[in-house]
Amino acid sequence: MLTKRIVPCLDIKDGRTVKGVNFVELKDAGDPVELAAIYSKQGADELVFLDITATVEKRKTLVNLVKRVAREVNIPFTVGGGIGSKEDVSALLGAGADKVSVNSAAVRNPGLINELSQEFGSQCIVVAIDSKYINGQHLVHTHGGRTPTEVETIGWALEVENRGAGEILLTSMDHDGTKGGFANELTATISDLLTIPVIASGGAGDMGHFTDVFTTGKADAALAASIFHYKEIDIDKLKVKLSEDGITMRL
Amino acid sequence: MKVAIIRYNAGNVQSVVYALERLGVTPLWTDDHEVIKNADKVIFPGQGEASTTMAYLQQKGLDRLIVNLKQPVLGICIGLQLMCRHSEEGDTNCLGIFDLEVKKFVRPDAKNAHDQYKIPHMGWNRLENCQGKIFSGLNNPYVYYVHSFYAAIGAETAGTTDYILPFSGVLQKGNFYAVQAHIEKSGDDGQKMLANFLEL
Repeated sequence: MLTKRIVPCLDIKDGRTVKGVNFVELKDAGDPVELAAIYSKQGADELVFLDITATVEKRKTLVNLVKRVAREVNIPFTVGGGIGSKEDVSALLGAGADKVSVNSAAVRNPGLINELSQEFGSQCIVVAIDSKYINGQHLVHTHGGRTPTEVETIGWALEVENRGAGEILLTSMDHDGTKGGFANELTATISDLLTIPVIASGGAGDMGHFTDVFTTGKADAALAASIFHYKEIDIDKLKVKLSEDGITMRL
Repeated sequence: MKVAIIRYNAGNVQSVVYALERLGVTPLWTDDHEVIKNADKVIFPGQGEASTTMAYLQQKGLDRLIVNLKQPVLGICIGLQLMCRHSEEGDTNCLGIFDLEVKKFVRPDAKNAHDQYKIPHMGWNRLENCQGKIFSGLNNPYVYYVHSFYAAIGAETAGTTDYILPFSGVLQKGNFYAVQAHIEKSGDDGQKMLANFLEL
């Protein structure tokens, strides 16, 4: 049986791991490659590296970091942040990334998703969606969650699937940094509508939140950052707990 | 040990190179027939579409080369599918090393199965009914899958995985081995399978 996935996210700035509370205050939490290797040993199923400042500062994601990670780590990983062209994707996949995630550039130019999935295959194109609830609507935000758009989240999720995305990384800006649990309702709605996997992100605070997002939230994978970085939850213990709760895990 | 990785128009080869390097082997990524013939082990990896990759292999004469290899050969992902008889993807006649049809996953109709079966089959799943030296020291390992097409079960099946239906996760016939999962990205157990292949 296909397992649910636990995905630690490493937010990267200047080659170091950071995690922002609601994406604003940044704290330093160590060397990405070292941390990635530790997570892999603890049983992480996949890793995500997000160069969170890349879009804002118009920087290219760090190809050298990707090479170091790919050499060292034997589980799949996704790289995102400021990816806007075929050339960006080609460089990252060539360096050893298994998937790339696109966000702002896809909102600006939705045709990019078609282009990338045709060129590289849907399986390696993740579309990251940052969503915030405003005036009764879930709205897509870009640029690390700083810029609101008028694009409605659920409709956008459907559109990116139709355009060839292989997976969706759904971050609830309302839940991110709160440690109050994932956005289970929104995640379930999208997971039910789509045929591609959905990674839920934002709001993990305790082990029960993961159980909830896999059951109520119908997520295929759950992503978290700070609770893993600051060792509030150990991945190996989390997976044992989820397994006891009847969720299929790779142990 | 000389390990050749077959160079053709399929992607995602770099992680296989890194996985071999972690095992202390520096592979040669090549389409040179002599180098491939003289290698101790040959790996046929990649991600791609069946008809375009098969056409490329034929154009380079690699199709005949591969089926006539005598040393241990390991197909990974699309490599496994191309080693079968025929693929539904692009209605493609493949190498025919394994007498199996490659089919597209079809989601069951039942409404409540909706959130259980997404396509591609992406993530970690278990290998069962494991047979052969490639599984030495392993007990029904979890491996990482990303695929929309699968090889059916047949006489050459050496390991099965269940997703919508049981399919061939591992195939073996003589010196030919093939795995559908990305064992180069399947943690320590995947690395062990790769090491077992190198020790054949």
